[in-house]
Amino acid sequence: MDLAFILIQLLNGLQYGLLLFLVSSGLTLVFGIMGIINLAHGSFYMVGAYLAWSLASMTGNLATAIAIAIPLTVVLGMALEKLLFRQLYTRDHLYQVLLTYGLILVFEELRSIIWGDDVHGVAVPALLNASIPLTENLSYPVYRLAISGVCLLLALALYLLIQKTRLGMMIRAGASNRDMVQSLGIDIKLIYTLVFAMGVALAAFAGMINAPLSSVTPNMGSHVLIICFVVVVIGGIGSVKGAMAASLMIGLAETFGQVLVPDFAGMIVYVLMAVVLVWRPEGLFGRK
Amino acid sequence: MAEHRSPPPSPRPEGGGDHGSLSSQAETVQSRGGPSTELILDANGLHSFYGASHILHGVDFTVKKGETIGLMGRNGMGKTTLIKSMLGLVRPRQGSVRVRGVDMTHAAPHAIARRGIAYVPEGRGIFPNLSVRENLIMAARAGVDGRREWDYERVLHTFPRLGERLANGGAQLSGGEQQMLTIGRALMTNPDLLILDEATEGLAPLIAKEIWSIIKTIRASGIATLIVDKNYGAVMALADRSVVLVKGRVVFAGESAELSGNQELMHRFLGV
Ligand SMILES: Nc1ncnc2c1ncn2[C@@H]1O[C@H](COP(=O)(O)OP(=O)(O)OP(=O)(O)O)[C@@H](O)[C@H]1O
Ligand SMILES: [Mg+2]
Repeated sequence: MDLAFILIQLLNGLQYGLLLFLVSSGLTLVFGIMGIINLAHGSFYMVGAYLAWSLASMTGNLATAIAIAIPLTVVLGMALEKLLFRQLYTRDHLYQVLLTYGLILVFEELRSIIWGDDVHGVAVPALLNASIPLTENLSYPVYRLAISGVCLLLALALYLLIQKTRLGMMIRAGASNRDMVQSLGIDIKLIYTLVFAMGVALAAFAGMINAPLSSVTPNMGSHVLIICFVVVVIGGIGSVKGAMAASLMIGLAETFGQVLVPDFAGMIVYVLMAVVLVWRPEGLFGRK
Repeated sequence: MAEHRSPPPSPRPEGGGDHGSLSSQAETVQSRGGPSTELILDANGLHSFYGASHILHGVDFTVKKGETIGLMGRNGMGKTTLIKSMLGLVRPRQGSVRVRGVDMTHAAPHAIARRGIAYVPEGRGIFPNLSVRENLIMAARAGVDGRREWDYERVLHTFPRLGERLANGGAQLSGGEQQMLTIGRALMTNPDLLILDEATEGLAPLIAKEIWSIIKTIRASGIATLIVDKNYGAVMALADRSVVLVKGRVVFAGESAELSGNQELMHRFLGV
């Protein structure tokens, strides 16, 4: 195994990890701030991928498709929060699991009605359809580098939003004392709507940009959902920083696992989770 | 014992932006001896419950502009519940709450706060996961009429101790510092009424004294205050009017001097 090969696996692992971060950051925020367990979060990833595919085949351009799809997913997120999730904040986790599991079925059924049950592929945008040669026979696709870059930028923006802006302070304050936030004249419901819509849009965006790298298939949300819950648990519930660390860990572990110990690749993520939880039951950056 | 009630306020147009209100504000500040008759808070016949337990039994309560009110009563008599019922944090089952002449009985807590009420809750309610600086600036807001008398600099000037702890997490502060932070944070919203629920509870006497002198400064600046505190002497010395609750009913509402001068009432209602 030479250096170029390791470099490629490293880049792949980071790229996969960053993509996982986009999906799991929303999951962990909604969990940490609103206390909602959202099993339907993976469906947003699927919706993003199908929107990208169908809009790209209509417009012939993935960038245009994404530009149209993002506002749609924000609106979807806001509507879902206002109509459904808002009813769950004061309820037991059991109701949350039931409703959001039901939502998965609804999303899958809608997907089947609107887009059918076929597997689709999305072409890599022409502009980014190139490779950087590493050795005579190994090269690395520009598109993967580009989406890693985009994910990093988004992660940075999310960090700045949450840590440095007043909105971010209100969001964090809402996670610790909801009544007090309201008593300061801040509309907590509006903040919840924004956070939820942001989570939906991030997950959907991950589905959109990943569409050219993997096929667009029915039930593609479930695998992502399970991995993202592992990320949230390893990172510490509610911690965006933890989601980043855990996403990169899992991205690298799964990628290297597939080439080094292919027979056990499917287990590695869960072994990792078990080890972390034995060592730190609250997760890497969890509180308490 | 009927409460001394002023005639209902003439409903003033609520534009907020009219510059006339700025001058009337200044008048209020000057006429400290007799507060303006305009009601900031006007609660009528409040009945509040926790589940099946009936806590407030038809409470009437008013705060006029610029006025200082002491709210007293022994443990568990319903003081905190009354405050929460007026702030939208507990929903009264009966009765109404008007804030600056507008019915806010069913309004969201943030909408009530935005009409010029700031709350320093029992147990303080700082955000432990935010730094001192963040606790303050997240709350910054202009007052109802656009006033920005209180800002970050002025709060730090009033509470110099906080200035030394800006980067600290809220949870790393001492009890007295936490209380200063909560009061400072409330002032960042430029309120017309500041509600202080047990602000000196659990503080060392010297720190409590510091808090009392800060409350005096705030009162002198023209902000109405509603003070709940176990130090009845200090409350009555400061308050224009006092209200006493016994088991969720108002048993006294009147001049503070009338209460503090009456040993028998003090003993019967407050056990001192
Ligand atoms: N969340 C709650 N659920 C059920 N009962 C409550 C709750 N909060 C308060 N109570 C009860 O309501 C009654 C009034 O409580 P409240 O906190 O309003 O009294 P208080 O006058 O503020 O007392 P204190 O001086 O101890 O702060 C008490 O009997 C208390 O036990
Ligand atoms: Mg109380």
